Amino acid sequence: MSIAETPATVETPNKPKPAVESPLRRFAAEFLESRVAAGALLMLGLIISLAALAPWITPQNPYDLAQVDVLDSRLPPGTKSSSGAYTHWLGTDGAGRDLVSAMIYGLRISLLVGAASGLIAMVIGTVVGMTAAYAGGRTETLIMRVVDLQLSFPAILLALMLIAVLGKGIDKIIIALVTVQWAYYARTVRGTALVEARKEYVEAARCLGLSSARILFKHIGPNCMAPLIVVATVQTAHAIALEATLSFLGVGLPQTEPSLGLLISNGFEYMLSHKYWISFFPGLVLLITIVIINLVGDQLRDVLNPRLKK
Amino acid sequence: MTAFILRRLMQSVGVVLVMSLIVFFGVHVVGDPVYLLINPQADQKDIEAAIRALGLDRPIWEQYWHFMKGAASGDLGRSFIFGEPALKVITQRMPATIELALAAIAMAVVIGIPLGLYAGLKPDARLSKGIMAASIVGFSLPTFWVGLMLIMVFAVILGWLPSTGRGTTASFLGVSSSLFTRDGLAHIALPALNLALLKISLVIRLTRAGTREAIHQDYIKFARAKGLPDRRVIGVHLLKNILIPVVTVLGLEFGNLVAFSVVTETIFSWPGMGKLLIQAIQSLDRPVIVAYLILIVLMFVIINLVVDILYSILDPRVRLGEGSA
Repeated sequence: MSIAETPATVETPNKPKPAVESPLRRFAAEFLESRVAAGALLMLGLIISLAALAPWITPQNPYDLAQVDVLDSRLPPGTKSSSGAYTHWLGTDGAGRDLVSAMIYGLRISLLVGAASGLIAMVIGTVVGMTAAYAGGRTETLIMRVVDLQLSFPAILLALMLIAVLGKGIDKIIIALVTVQWAYYARTVRGTALVEARKEYVEAARCLGLSSARILFKHIGPNCMAPLIVVATVQTAHAIALEATLSFLGVGLPQTEPSLGLLISNGFEYMLSHKYWISFFPGLVLLITIVIINLVGDQLRDVLNPRLKK
Repeated sequence: MTAFILRRLMQSVGVVLVMSLIVFFGVHVVGDPVYLLINPQADQKDIEAAIRALGLDRPIWEQYWHFMKGAASGDLGRSFIFGEPALKVITQRMPATIELALAAIAMAVVIGIPLGLYAGLKPDARLSKGIMAASIVGFSLPTFWVGLMLIMVFAVILGWLPSTGRGTTASFLGVSSSLFTRDGLAHIALPALNLALLKISLVIRLTRAGTREAIHQDYIKFARAKGLPDRRVIGVHLLKNILIPVVTVLGLEFGNLVAFSVVTETIFSWPGMGKLLIQAIQSLDRPVIVAYLILIVLMFVIINLVVDILYSILDPRVRLGEGSA
C-alpha cells in the first residue's frame, strides 16, 4: 500500500449537487428515497383519484335503481349481468349492485369521513394544544388532565358512547371521530410548542411587542407543523378503520351512505354460504388503504424527524 | 402517601360522577323509545300507562335523581327490552366476556413470548424479521376484518372450527365456563385468537425489546460464565426479568380487551357484554347503555387508580411531583 494511493480511496467522488436546493425539493427527494414509500404514495394518489372520480369511472351507479337489477344479485366475480350491459368483474352484492362500482363509491365515503374528521380534529387539537402550552399554569394542567383522561379510555368505546348519544348519520360519525381524535393532536402540539416557546425567535417576537395570539399562530404554529403532519396521517388511517368498524357493527353510517365498512357488513351474512366476494373485496380495499396511509406516515416521520437525520 | 391516595380517590369519584351525568343526559336526548317499545296499534291509554311504568313522563332531572338514588344501591334501572334490572342483564353476560378476555390474554402470552424471545435472541435471522413484520401487520389490521378472515378460512373453507356462539359450559370448582369442555374450547378458539391478535403483536414487541436489552446485562454474562446451560439462562434468568413489563402492560390492557370484545363478540355472536351493548344501542335500550357505560367507566377508573397508586409506591417522584404542582 503506497502513501500516494490513500487519499484517492478516501475521497470518493461525490454526486454533483445542485447549487441551490429548495427545502421542498429536498424534502421530496428524501421522501422518495424509500421505494416502498414512493410506491405507497403513488397508490394513495391512485386511491384518492379513484374515489374523487367515482361517478365518471364506475361501470354503473350502484345507487341508481334504474341501473341495478335485483335478478343480478350475488353473482360470482366475472359473470355478465342478465341484461348483458355489464361484466361484474368482482361480482355483485345482495341487492344486485356491481361490486367494483359499490366499492369505489364506498371508498369515496370512507375517505371523506376519514379526511374530514382528521382535519377538524387537527384544527381543534392544535388550537387547544397551543393554548395549553402558551397559557401554562392551571389552564394547562386542566387541559392536559382532560387529554390524559380521554387517551386512557379506548377510542372505540368513546365513539360507541357518542353514537349512542347522537344517533346515526354521516355528520354524527364525524363528530364522534373528531371527539376521539382531537386529544392526540393536542398532546403532540403541546409537546412541540413547549419546546418552541423557549427558543430565541419567540423571545425576539415578544420583545417586539407582538400580541400573544400572533406569536402563537404566526411564529410557533408553523414550527409545530412537522410532527403534526405525521400524527395527521396516522390518525386519518385510524379514523377510517374506526368508521369501518362502527359501520360494520351497524351503529355507524346509515344504509343510504354505504362506506366500505357497511359493504363488508352487508356481505357478512353471505360469507357463511361461501359467497365470500361480497365481504372480501371491500375488506381488501379497506386494508390496502389503511396500510398505504400508514406506510406514507412512517416515511414522513423518518424524513421530518431531525433526530433521525444523518 | 395517604393524602396522595385520598386525593386520587376523590378525583376518581369526581370522574365517575361527571361521566354518569354526561352519559345519562346524553342518552336521554336520543329518539323517543316509547315508539320503539310499545305496539303502534296500542291506544293512547296503553301508551300513557307504559310511559308512566317506565318513568319517562317525569322531568329529566327527576329521572336522573331517581337513577342516582338507584345507582347508589346497585339498581341501574330496568332494561326496556328484557324487563329485568339492567345490572342483572349485564352481569349475566359478564362471565362470557371475561372468559373470552382471559383466553385472549393466555393466547397472547403463549404465542407472543416465545416468538418475541426468538426475535430478540436472533435479531438477524430471517424468521425474526418475518415475526417483526407480522407484528406490524397485526397492529394495523382492523379487528373486525381479521375476524372475517378467520371465519372465512377456518369455519367456511376448512370447516375446522365453529364460527358462532359459545359452546356448552361445564362447572369446575364452582366456576361455570366453556373452557372446561371440548365443544366450548372449539367455540372459543376463533374469537379468542381474533381478540388476542393485537395483544400478541404487543407482547412480541415488548419481549423482543426486553430480551435485546437484558442479553447484554452482567447477570446474564455471569450466569453464562458459571457454565449454566443456555436453556436455564434464557428460561429462568432472562425470562424472569423481561416478564415484569409484559405483565404490567397486559394487566393494563385487560380493560382494552373488554372494550374491544364489542367487535369480536358481534362478529362471532358471542353472548357477552359487548354484543349486548351493540344490541342496546340499536334498540335504544337506554338503561342498559347507561349501566354498561358506567360499569366500564368504573372499571377503567379503578384500573387507572390502582396503577397510579402502585406507581407512587414504586416511584416516590410521582407523588412528590404531584404535591408541588
